[in-house]
Amino acid sequence: MRTIVCLKRVPDTETRIRIDSSGVKVDPAGVKYVISPYDEYAIELALRAKEAAGQGEVELVTYGEPAAQEALRKGLAMGADSALLLTGEPGLDGLATAKTLAAELRGADAPLVLFGVKAADDDLQQVGPMFATLVGRACVTGVASFTLQADKVTCEREVDGATEVVEAQLPAVLTITKGPHEPRLASLKGIMAAKKKPLVEKPAAASPARVRILALREPAPRPAGRIVGQGPDAVPELVRLLRDEAKAI
Amino acid sequence: MGNVLAFLERRDGRIGGAALEVMSVAQRVAIGLGGSAHALVLGGPGASAGVGELARFGAAKVEVGEHDGLAEYTPEAYASVLVERARQGGYAAVFLSASAVGRDLAPRLAALLDVPLATDVTAVEVVDGRLRVERPVYSGKAFAQIEIDASPALVSMRPNAFPATESAAAGTVAVFTPAVDPAALRTRVVERKLASRGAVDVSEATTIVSGGRGMKDAAQWHLLEALRDALGPDVALGASRAVVDAGWRPHAEQVGQTGKTVAPKLYLAVGISGAIQHLAGMRTAKTIVAINRDADAPIFQVADYGIVGDLFEVLPRLTAEIKSLRAGS
Repeated sequence: MRTIVCLKRVPDTETRIRIDSSGVKVDPAGVKYVISPYDEYAIELALRAKEAAGQGEVELVTYGEPAAQEALRKGLAMGADSALLLTGEPGLDGLATAKTLAAELRGADAPLVLFGVKAADDDLQQVGPMFATLVGRACVTGVASFTLQADKVTCEREVDGATEVVEAQLPAVLTITKGPHEPRLASLKGIMAAKKKPLVEKPAAASPARVRILALREPAPRPAGRIVGQGPDAVPELVRLLRDEAKAI
Repeated sequence: MGNVLAFLERRDGRIGGAALEVMSVAQRVAIGLGGSAHALVLGGPGASAGVGELARFGAAKVEVGEHDGLAEYTPEAYASVLVERARQGGYAAVFLSASAVGRDLAPRLAALLDVPLATDVTAVEVVDGRLRVERPVYSGKAFAQIEIDASPALVSMRPNAFPATESAAAGTVAVFTPAVDPAALRTRVVERKLASRGAVDVSEATTIVSGGRGMKDAAQWHLLEALRDALGPDVALGASRAVVDAGWRPHAEQVGQTGKTVAPKLYLAVGISGAIQHLAGMRTAKTIVAINRDADAPIFQVADYGIVGDLFEVLPRLTAEIKSLRAGS
């Protein structure tokens, strides 16, 4: 049994984002890159499924710059078995990204393809279900944990402050959110082993993008706020301001 | 042709909240494109009840698809009906909410229609007959202005980011029976465990009471729950990453780059210092209140109003004052 995990290399979430002189790109200077956090949860769940089955392989796939090799090596160090890097430049057109992945993975012999629920850079939250629709697989989004059976996968998903248990027929695509299983840290042994694991790099059969970025801007600075006061005695004034000035209550 | 379709969700048996925002924007865009705005509502038998109200928010035509198989949201059934309507109508643009349902549904619709999708959009304008939208990237650390070169332009709108504006239109209502085959669905909800209180998702709430590590202990959350209850309906609890990582609160409540990005009318940050990834997720709130012991906490740099002090003294007082305000009004 093979499980495919599609991941993305993104700036660390603690990184400050600066826009470069082109006005349409982020300045990469000083940015530390990581595996997108939700993708790490997807890797963890794939590894757990393999361990529960006692056999199988976890294959990592990414579409991105050659530097994404580093993210794949990290995933291999966590315990994945092989990796595929489709080189190219994914943009804000998630459907183009999904088509590019589908061109490679359409007939993949893997009951499950996992994605993080969204990438921490473009926040598109769409590539997984688009990929599933393109290749004709069932899809469950926002999955916190799952159990794989012979002909179906049973998922727990978060929605609207409730938890849903959803069964999906195989083959399926799941998008993974933060759940009960924290991503494991790579051990030293894992890091050494990762260097010898297969990592194939080839140009992506990229689908043309139909979303054009006209401009990137930083968020408008918020007008200077004020400290209403110290301690509980400031509460009546705060409530007055919220009611009369902000009209927020 | 410049007609625009708004897909509107029913919630608890009625249309409301974010759906009216979607309708209003669809109407504004339709005017810009020289067309009219249509609404599509899906649900079980009786789903058309109350949809006439949509005329006030600009619906020239309201189509209601009623079928037992649509009583509960299922992505495949909803997507198949929606894609057929979107194709038949030849729409220039299709809008829906970036709600929990919209986030699940819109990408499938995009793939079926073979058009890109702009998600979680915070601004929409028509320039020279083309749609130009703005959406947050890096969870709001930056905003991208984009143009979509496809028809229909498919857009999911961030809840609470747009006003619901009244603008009268004809509002004719047409009920139809779509073809839905529940046996063809490849996913099935087998159980739904409701959270302890009415389901207001943090990304859709108009007010959020959010707690951080300053709360000291998961057992102290009753203080935030009391404030939430005092503030009324449509109020959700939020949490910082630190308290979710500590297991005090569920991830569904997490606000920030690895949680939800929110834009409520009022955001109360209690005992939250304001890490960059948290600020990214809530800085577009209309009004931000911070309560923190540390006057140098970064949260005060984005807060409109701040109280420096011990939250365990401030919170009960705040809850009491809001209760008495409500009782008096």
